[in-house]
Amino acid sequence: MDAETLQQLINGLVIGSVYALIALGYTMVYGILGLINFAHGDVLMVGAMTALQTMLFLMGVAPGMSPVAMLTLALLVAIPVSMLIGYTMERLAYRRLRNAPRLAPLITAIGMSFLLQTLAMIIWGRNYHTFPQLISTTPLQPVEGVFVTPVQIVIIVVSALLMIGLTLLVNRTRIGRAMRATAENHRTASLMGVDTNAVIAFTFIIGAGLAAVAGVMYASNYGIAHYGMGFMPGLKAFTAAVLGGIGNLGGAMLGGIVLGLVESFGAGYIERLTFGFLNSSYQDIFAFIILGLVLIFRPTGLLGERVSDRA
Amino acid sequence: MNELAAAVPWLGKRNPAAARWLILILAIAAPLIAWQFGRSWVRILDFALLYMMLALGLNLVVGFAGLLDLGYIAFYAVGAYTFAFLASPHFEVHLPFWLVLPLGAAFAALAGIMLGFPVLRLRGDYLAIVTLGFGEIVRIFMLNLNYPVNITNGPQGIGMIDPIVLFGWDLSQNLQITERFAINSLFLYYYAFLACVAGSILFIRRLQISRVGRAWAAMREDELAAKAIGINTRNLKLLAFALGATFGGVAGCLFGAFQGFVSPESFSLMESIAVLTMVVFGGMGNIAGAVIGAFVLALLPEILRHIAVPLQQAVFGHVLLDPEVLRMLLLSLAMILMMLLRPTGLIPARARYAHPENLHRSSQP
Repeated sequence: MDAETLQQLINGLVIGSVYALIALGYTMVYGILGLINFAHGDVLMVGAMTALQTMLFLMGVAPGMSPVAMLTLALLVAIPVSMLIGYTMERLAYRRLRNAPRLAPLITAIGMSFLLQTLAMIIWGRNYHTFPQLISTTPLQPVEGVFVTPVQIVIIVVSALLMIGLTLLVNRTRIGRAMRATAENHRTASLMGVDTNAVIAFTFIIGAGLAAVAGVMYASNYGIAHYGMGFMPGLKAFTAAVLGGIGNLGGAMLGGIVLGLVESFGAGYIERLTFGFLNSSYQDIFAFIILGLVLIFRPTGLLGERVSDRA
Repeated sequence: MNELAAAVPWLGKRNPAAARWLILILAIAAPLIAWQFGRSWVRILDFALLYMMLALGLNLVVGFAGLLDLGYIAFYAVGAYTFAFLASPHFEVHLPFWLVLPLGAAFAALAGIMLGFPVLRLRGDYLAIVTLGFGEIVRIFMLNLNYPVNITNGPQGIGMIDPIVLFGWDLSQNLQITERFAINSLFLYYYAFLACVAGSILFIRRLQISRVGRAWAAMREDELAAKAIGINTRNLKLLAFALGATFGGVAGCLFGAFQGFVSPESFSLMESIAVLTMVVFGGMGNIAGAVIGAFVLALLPEILRHIAVPLQQAVFGHVLLDPEVLRMLLLSLAMILMMLLRPTGLIPARARYAHPENLHRSSQP
């Protein structure tokens, strides 16, 4: 494997693990409610922006604070704020629409997405903000010609830990069992004594928390944050969730990584493949093309068993 | 027009004929009233009519056939860019309006079918996301196809597009009646667009009660049952996409000619969402709903712009919420609140076929 391929592989893994974290939120909500929570990407944005605000505040109050402590504190603020947003959305909007015709929750979710963006625009303005890169971005060179930044390593490690944690939560705990039961069948679960409303709210909260972490990592990696930053990663993470098989946790993780790799390699080689006609500014179309192909040829995704044919 | 008349509060139910006349008079007099507030308001009305065409077209897809399309603006873009390619100095081609308009409509319909084929098997939310992706792909191509061969001129867009010329009559020039009296070009465009909207309404109205329209309704309510009674859902879906796209394409052509300039910025996802909100706000599956929704949601942001900005200046001393933010806020809140409080929209579609007498009455000439 030459250096360039290895480099693309690493870049793909990094962005892929961020997609995977976001995709988990989509897939959990879809698994339980059958709803595409369109505003999930914007929860990510809220997480990143809140973290940014906290960091700026801390820098003003305690300039000597160590970067790791600062980042941890920022996360400790950003995660609850995002969770609150996730919970509020579910409580105020989606819960009332649970028995509505199918298009209603989706249209509401789209409205939510734009509402969150608009509110963020009002609070933080339209400009791109520099996101403090508290973890070093000086590239290390483990192999000749291959660059990895410490922030990228942290992203991969944190995502892996979170994914393991979530898997344990869903498979080993009481609330996890309640989640699986609710996903299987609401009514039966509630007959068995599961408080399905609480479980659904909990799912939204967990998903939002993961999105907040993903948002901070995404912003740390690129060093910028703005009100519309959640939209594209949100869409791509949705693609990842579908690619892996929506409703399936392992699928979302796999889908995220695969999508990250495809994007990274695609952007790297598209110019050569199309003889210079297309270049890396077309990077964003890969996700959509994959989404289209998967839905047409294998709507259940790589690992899914659910049938997409739900009106 | 019956449905439109019924939408007039109070008068609509008592005296539909009078309501019809009222709408007609208002539609004709609207630009004259708007002119009193300044010429920019006539321009806003012109755009409101374009939005009406878009809303009518999208209503065909979302409201009649029940296919949620979030990339609708792509067809608008195809129409506008077709016009820009074939009637501007960009490629040094200047084809006549009568030739470009059907071409734009045809290309948009083709794009509709191209989108329709792969998504035939998808329903509901998946369909929404794939169409959204389609819209984004079209926009990304518009943005980037200026290299290595300059086709779309990238983010700068294409300017100096030819105006609409009907039988040698240039709508972009003021019409000189006497030496001291001229009709402003904005009025000419208004009436041309009004004619298009009226034509679309008539066409869609006939379509709705036709065999195709009834089959769409059946498919929307229950696809499996529709298939079982022998409805060819594949062809009907393709037809819905193609016809909806045609309206988008025609509106796009008119937009390109009217504005004289097209750029990818006008065809963002936000615009797709805006048109969808108009349909949802007015009432899905309802012609009057689409028209009223488009009218209200195209005008309201402009009214807010003229009221809210000076108001904020007076109260806070500076502008807190700029007009674009206000527009987004309005649209997103309209979407959420409408779904929560009144999911059938401002003017709910009547369950026409539950009452055969309605069917009979409306099919009379």
